[in-house]
Amino acid sequence: MSDTNGYHSGSNLERILRAGHFAVTAELGPPQNADGEVIRKKAQLLKGYCDAANLTDNQTAIVRMSSIGAGTILVQEGLEPVIQMVCRDRNRLAMQSDLLGAYALGIRNLLCLTGDHQTFGNHPTAKNVFDIDSMQMVQMVTGMRDKRVFQCGEEFKGQEPRFFVGAVESPFAHPIDFRPHRLGKKVKAGASFIQTQLVFDIEAFKKFMDKVCSLGIHEQVYLLAGIGPLKSPTMAKYMRDNVPGILIPNEMIKRMEKAGEPWAGKSKDELTAEDKKARTAAWQDEGIKICIELIQQMRKIKGVSGVHIMAIEWEKAVKPLVEGAGLYPRPVVPDASTVSAQPA
Amino acid sequence: MIVAEQKSLDEIKKLVGSAQKVLVVGCGTCVTVCFAGGAREAAIVAAELRMSTKLDGSPKEVTDVTVQRQCEWEYLDEIAPKLGQVDIILSLGCGVGVQAIAEHFPGTWVVPGLNTKFMGLPTEQGVWAERCAACGDCILGLTGGICPIARCSKSLLNGPCGGSLDGHCEINADISCAWQLIYDRLNSMGKLEVLMDIQPPKNWQTSRDGGPRKIVREDLRLDKKEE
Ligand code: SF4
Ligand code: SF4
Repeated sequence: MSDTNGYHSGSNLERILRAGHFAVTAELGPPQNADGEVIRKKAQLLKGYCDAANLTDNQTAIVRMSSIGAGTILVQEGLEPVIQMVCRDRNRLAMQSDLLGAYALGIRNLLCLTGDHQTFGNHPTAKNVFDIDSMQMVQMVTGMRDKRVFQCGEEFKGQEPRFFVGAVESPFAHPIDFRPHRLGKKVKAGASFIQTQLVFDIEAFKKFMDKVCSLGIHEQVYLLAGIGPLKSPTMAKYMRDNVPGILIPNEMIKRMEKAGEPWAGKSKDELTAEDKKARTAAWQDEGIKICIELIQQMRKIKGVSGVHIMAIEWEKAVKPLVEGAGLYPRPVVPDASTVSAQPA
Repeated sequence: MIVAEQKSLDEIKKLVGSAQKVLVVGCGTCVTVCFAGGAREAAIVAAELRMSTKLDGSPKEVTDVTVQRQCEWEYLDEIAPKLGQVDIILSLGCGVGVQAIAEHFPGTWVVPGLNTKFMGLPTEQGVWAERCAACGDCILGLTGGICPIARCSKSLLNGPCGGSLDGHCEINADISCAWQLIYDRLNSMGKLEVLMDIQPPKNWQTSRDGGPRKIVREDLRLDKKEE
C-alpha cells in the first residue's frame, strides 16, 4: 500500500479538514461541450478561494463534459477536484474502471451520489442503470481503497485507488425523521465527508444537526453544509416550490424582493435595459449578503466542518462570498509527503 | 396480474398491413380483467377494424375468438381449425400470448394488438399500478411488503433518495415514493430498525440481466425416465 501518512488520500481537502480548519468547497459545472477552456476559466475564478472544487456528473441528467475529464483539467490547473459520480449512468464495472482511471490521472476526492432521474434531463428516453445505489458505491470505493478488492470480492495487486470519499445528504427531504439516520448509514458505509443539499433555513438545519450530533455522527465524519447565493426572488421561489428538500424562509424571500423594490413600481415594458441590469445587480448583492450571513451562522453550528458553495453557473460569486465570510486566504496544510510519517 | 393497454387503431392497421382475412384473438385471463384484450375488447377491435377498412375502401374480413389463456399452448388448439381461413392473427394477449401463438403455429403470421405494461393491480376502478418487476430474488421481507425494485424509480435498496417529497417521487407528483411507503409501514409496525442495516448490492443475475430465464422442475416433468 502506498504511504499515506495515515490519510485516506492525502488530498488537500482531507488535510484541511484533518487539521481542523473550516473547509470551503465550491461547485464547478462542466460545459455542455468539449471546450476545456471553459473549465480553465472557471478554475481561475475559484483557485485560491476554495480547498477543492466539485465537478458535477451530468447534473440534472443533462449531458455535460465528464467530471473525470473536467477534473483532470483542474489537476493541470492546480485546483484540486472533487469528482462527483452518480449511479444513474454507470454500472459497477464502469464505475470501478473509471475510478481506476481517475486516480491514475491524479484525482483524489470522490463524491458518491444517487443522481437525478433521467426524466429531468435532455435524454428522457434513455435507459437508466442504478445497478448499485450511492451507499453501496461508498462501500465499493472504500473497499477498493482499504482492502484492495473489487466489488465482486476479487483482490487486486498494484496501486489501489485512494480517494477521500464523500457522500451527500438532503437534510429536509422526506421522511425528515429518517435523514440523520440515513446520513449515519452513509458514514457507516465508509464516507469520510458529507456535503449537504442547499440550506437556507438555519433554524431547521440546527435541529437536523442536533440530531446528527446526538447520534454521535459528527465525530465520525466531516460535514460541509451546502450553501448558495440566491440570484433573484423568482429563483428563490422557484427553488422553494420545485426542488425537493429546499426550504427558504419567507423573510429571506422578502429581503430579495426588497432589494428589487426601487424597480418594483414599473411594468415590464417600462424597465429599460439599464434598469434591469441595476436590478439584477441589486438582487445579486443581496443574495451574496444573505449567503455570507449563512456561512457565518454555519461556522457556529456544532458538527459543521465547512461549507460547500453551490453558485450554479455563477462561479464569480465564490470570491466575494469567501472573502466576505472571512474565510480568505485559505489555509495551507503541508502535503502528506512532506510530513514525517506517523508511526503505524 | 399482467396489465396491458391497447395499441391505437392506426398502429394496429399498420401492423395488419395488406392482410385480407384477420383473426382477432382475445385472452380470458389477465387482459380480460384489465379491460384490454378480453372477449369484449376482441369483438370491439374486430368491429372497428371492419368498419375502418370499409371506410378506407378496402374492407377486410375480420373475425374474433377468445381463448381462456393465450399463454398456454393447450388452450390455443381450439383456434387451429380457423387458421386455414385467415392471413394473419391479431393477438390481444400480453406479450407472452403473442409469442405462444407464434411458437405454436409456426406457419401463421401474428402481430400484437396490445402493449404489455407491467405486473400490477387495480388500485381503484380504472387505475392499475405496477407492483413487481420479477427480479427473481424477492426482498419484500426486508421492506415491509413494498417493492423498491418495481416501485422506486431508481430501484434503490438503501433509499429514500433526496428527491422524496410529501410522499411522492421526484419524477412525478402522481407516483408515490416507494421509500416513504416503506418507511411509514415499518414505522407503524415498530420495525424501523430494519432500515438501519445497509443492504448490499443486488445480484441482478436472477433478474433479466442474467439473460432470459427458465425454471426446470424435474419433479413435475412428464418425460422423466422411469426407473
Ligand atoms: S423484490 Fe423482486 S420479486 Fe419481489 S416484488 Fe420486487 S421485483 Fe418482484
Ligand atoms: S423519490 Fe422515492 S421512489 Fe422516487 S427515486 Fe427517490 S426514493 Fe425512489
